[in-house]
Amino acid sequence: MADRSFEVSRLPGFAATAILVFVLLYLPIITLAVYSFNAGKSIALWEGFSFHWYANAWANEAVKSATVRSLIIAFAASAIATTCAVMAALGTTRRKAFRGQTAIYMFINQPLMVPEIVTAVALLILTGVIKAWTGYQGLWYLIIAHAAFCVPFAYLPIRARLEGMDLSLEIAASDLYASPWQTFRHVTLPLLAPGIAAGAMLAFVISLDDVVITEFVKSAGQDTLPTYMLGQMRRAITPEVNAISTALLGLTVILLTAFFLLTRKKS
Amino acid sequence: MASEAERAQAAASTRNAWLLSTPALVLLFCAAAGPLLIVLVYSFLAKGDYGGVAWNFSTDGWVGILFSRDIFDDTLQLADAHLTIFWRSVKISLLTTLITFALGFPTAWFIATRPPKARAMWLFLITIPFWTNLLIRTFAINEMIRNEGVVNSFLQGIGLISEPIRMINTDLAVLIGMTYVYLPLMVLPLFAAIDRFDMRLLEAGYDLYASRLQVLRHVILPIVKPGIVAGSILVFVPSLGAYVTPRVLGGGKNMMIGNFIELQFGQGRNWPLGAALSIALLLIVMIALIFYVRAATKGSNPHG
Amino acid sequence: MRKTLGAIAILMAGTSLAQAEGVLQLYNWGNYTSPELLAKFEKETGIKVTVTDYDANDTALAKIRAGGHGYDLVVPSANYVPIFRDGGLIVELDRSRLKNFGNIAPEWMDVAWDPGRKFSVPWQWGSTGMAVNTKVYGGDINTSAIFLDVPEELKGKINVVPEMSDIVNFAIWYVGGEACTEDTEVLKKARDVLLAAKPDWLSMDYGATERLANNDWAASVNWNGSSMRARILNPDVAYGYPKEGYPLFMDSVTLLADAKNVDEAYQFIDFIMVPENAAMISAFARYANGIAGSDEFMPEDMKTAPEVVTPEEFKAAGNFLPTCSPKSQEYLTAIWTELMK
Repeated sequence: MADRSFEVSRLPGFAATAILVFVLLYLPIITLAVYSFNAGKSIALWEGFSFHWYANAWANEAVKSATVRSLIIAFAASAIATTCAVMAALGTTRRKAFRGQTAIYMFINQPLMVPEIVTAVALLILTGVIKAWTGYQGLWYLIIAHAAFCVPFAYLPIRARLEGMDLSLEIAASDLYASPWQTFRHVTLPLLAPGIAAGAMLAFVISLDDVVITEFVKSAGQDTLPTYMLGQMRRAITPEVNAISTALLGLTVILLTAFFLLTRKKS
Repeated sequence: MASEAERAQAAASTRNAWLLSTPALVLLFCAAAGPLLIVLVYSFLAKGDYGGVAWNFSTDGWVGILFSRDIFDDTLQLADAHLTIFWRSVKISLLTTLITFALGFPTAWFIATRPPKARAMWLFLITIPFWTNLLIRTFAINEMIRNEGVVNSFLQGIGLISEPIRMINTDLAVLIGMTYVYLPLMVLPLFAAIDRFDMRLLEAGYDLYASRLQVLRHVILPIVKPGIVAGSILVFVPSLGAYVTPRVLGGGKNMMIGNFIELQFGQGRNWPLGAALSIALLLIVMIALIFYVRAATKGSNPHG
Repeated sequence: MRKTLGAIAILMAGTSLAQAEGVLQLYNWGNYTSPELLAKFEKETGIKVTVTDYDANDTALAKIRAGGHGYDLVVPSANYVPIFRDGGLIVELDRSRLKNFGNIAPEWMDVAWDPGRKFSVPWQWGSTGMAVNTKVYGGDINTSAIFLDVPEELKGKINVVPEMSDIVNFAIWYVGGEACTEDTEVLKKARDVLLAAKPDWLSMDYGATERLANNDWAASVNWNGSSMRARILNPDVAYGYPKEGYPLFMDSVTLLADAKNVDEAYQFIDFIMVPENAAMISAFARYANGIAGSDEFMPEDMKTAPEVVTPEEFKAAGNFLPTCSPKSQEYLTAIWTELMK
């Protein structure tokens, strides 16, 4: 069956376009990765091979802690956002139209509708008051803020998956006296998994990328990698940051490869 | 007329819908939509001397969206600068959405038609470049399209052009960059929608319709529609307020609306105008979105 | 594993650490603080300095104003110091706790934005001028005409940094006015000059060091330190001081009113006024400092750099931008918006 569906699903030019997209996607990244091994301080003039910038980045406490902080925030925020998004998607799809449906939809997508700077200024004023009042200046402000603007990014792919998904399996399960939770856990969730994966990944990278809101919400000593880089950009981007990005990229690739090899062995 | 039981069931369904949505709504109320009320209030205040606001009621912010007081003869005039900026933003965002769709749809289709195991890998391949930061990515694009960059060197190397094509700091550069940055936001929802598509339907489609184009139109498009809706919202709306990419790649010579609003909260020190512009943008996008979603879901309303 | 958890716990706790002994929260421009300086400070005093970055004066001002930020020291530019001071955001320095105060060079003692240096001590200073690739353009570069009446050779090849007050004031000086003027006749002329020149500009962007070095740009309105770094990478780049007038900037360290680590803050302020330490600051970012006697500790290449050591003949044209009145700020923004539409 797999073979046949492949045949049928082949549309002219699609595979070629897809390959082209992947090449274009990776070309700039690879260029940057190469320049992170540049001996010189420039990221445009090649002056020979060196691990210099990796050593520098490793020795730079600020860069290291900013990277770790970015990852913690992205993990926590995307987990919260995805959970909320899954629940909301289950709530707002596959039902008869009800009062307030559009309102919920608009509310969930609201973070997309205003430029980041606006939310950032609003949050600055709000968190300023709360921080002064409670004295707490920890990382949760950033995690909550990130989680909030990640919700639509997680919600839309999940909703797209859920919409019009075949209900017969779920009905069959509940006919077999499975509890709603069991039905969800063993039937709906597996069917939904690709949507959740897509949503969670989006939420994660969106959080990892955020500059403006983070810049305004962060407390003392809470630079993330992007805000650290923004500070550098005014004068010039150093290959140090480039090295960090490449290292992060390399780490992801290694982890994913390991993940695939392991799961392949099992099956 | 609906029976008592049906009505009770509908009520229960609505209650469930709200309950399930509650965590998301609470989160957004606390950290996104709620704080915007502050912005709304600010839009009706007078501007502070050095940024911030003064606590006096004023409609200057709102008037300032469409009219600007000519600094030289002190008359109120239509602010054509603002309209130019707004129109440019809409144009570039629309083009970005179209291009990401043209590239993203075949890509999502390609991924969705891989064997299940490989699918996850291709999906990851789409997101991996985005582990490098947005600034770095934008910068990388700039490196590629420089006069002495890889693209021009390559084209010159194979003898296609003799003089480098100037791409940096043009609208083309902004388009290339925005497409690059927003592509996964199009591919992932499209994939999520295509992936649930039963390929056997295609066979039936080929039996029914003669050409591939017809199959695409009558079988594939209706099913992929939710993905298109989600993807184009995710691309169009954020690109309308994009800030980093137009600044770095466009060379900052021509503002987009995101840069313009940022200016008011930053060097321009006119917070009420910034606030009013933001609320206006929010309203425009919201109304456009309501129409778009209504039109897009018409006819393909899920029966279950 | 436990170590990781511990690290995460510390990160989550955030600035509860900041109240502990021996730490200091410095809020400074990105890529502006020498790591060697901080290491030396920690070695001498046991105080660990955490630096958090900002990229614009207005961002820093907005954050400090909102409160609850947790910073001890901030480094605003000259024309922002009065705003911080008048808003009660920074406090007067207790001179008895600063034994190195006398090291501030005399010319940086009685500055317009902080008479008598009651609130601030110098960090670094520099100028905004014209960085030009002399291979492309061989004419006079000590004039704002480089970007306001672009020479034929540089048309479509010049960048202008998107710094509103620098650029508009350049134009005001160029037409013979005074910085932050409210004279509409002068402003009108300045606007017309800018609008007429804009089509000849390639871009309005940051990052000039790299792009002057790799020949993407043949010229740029740029800061002196960045121009020096560009010249090191590309010897054709020269730096001009416009005779019509060019802005100077100085960023100064100030103590925040709600600082928690006041003792540590004083130790740090005192520390950076030692000539040897001030030279470390300059060696990192390539801008001059305001401490007398730091010259002998400066890197060799900075002692003679034409970008850092302003030639005597051009000194008079350099001006610090005053804190513009709200009215003149409105004019600047209106001109800027029209320019950028």
